[in-house]
Amino acid sequence: MSTETPAGSEASLSAEEVAELRARVDELEAELADVQSQVDERSEKMVIIATKGTLDMAYPPLILASTAAAFGYDVTVFHTFWGLEILHEENSKELQLSSVGNPNMPVPNAIAALPGMDRMTTRLMRGRIEDNDVATVESLVQTSLESGVDLQACQMTIDLLEYDEDDFYDGVTTGVGAASAFREMAEADIQLLV
Amino acid sequence: MSMEQTNTLDVKGQNCPMPVVKTKAAFDELDEAETLEVLATDPGSMNDIEGWAASTDGAELVEQVETTGGDGTVYKHYIRKAE
Repeated sequence: MSTETPAGSEASLSAEEVAELRARVDELEAELADVQSQVDERSEKMVIIATKGTLDMAYPPLILASTAAAFGYDVTVFHTFWGLEILHEENSKELQLSSVGNPNMPVPNAIAALPGMDRMTTRLMRGRIEDNDVATVESLVQTSLESGVDLQACQMTIDLLEYDEDDFYDGVTTGVGAASAFREMAEADIQLLV
Repeated sequence: MSMEQTNTLDVKGQNCPMPVVKTKAAFDELDEAETLEVLATDPGSMNDIEGWAASTDGAELVEQVETTGGDGTVYKHYIRKAE
């Protein structure tokens, strides 16, 4: 025999419904805790696209990458076009700097464009780097690799510049391209282009 | 203050990013409750190492001391690995 519930208490739930709701809340709490721990455990990720190969522009990606690695980030640096020079064992030791069209440098364009001036500008900068105990590009590449940074060389650029896998430092990743770079960026917390 | 075994990392004469990068590598080698002493000449190391310790689980920045002597200014950082 069913009992009519008194008016005004249609809003109250039966013991069964309460038990169901409790079970559902428990379930949701467990799911939430799961998601939370997944979020907490996932290490943060940074991707840098390195496109420049001049002496000055080799530094930002390398310094950021090695520093982020020190902070526990999972770092990938995808080198394309002139960025490849940073990974080139020989060329990375001889990166150049020009004052032409570079208002940040003290030499006027007309002079900077004269033969031999790029070498002088480069030498000036290298001297400054050494005098100030700043790490060389080569040592930063090694440090980055040792810190677990994934230094990647764009395959298309390797072919374009007619380089070979052996030209690069040991540990450099080859055989990667825009699609893999894109996927890494999509999953990263920090994405930079230099 | 008493410290359990202290390892020393000398990064004098090296500038950003080396002090922090090498501190992390040296810190990873520590056993729990051990302390790492970092010696640096890079003035930036004060902020850099403080920031790094704050962001790193298990790294406790015990103290930072600036000493001036024959070598010039040396920044000493003491980082303890939590149990």
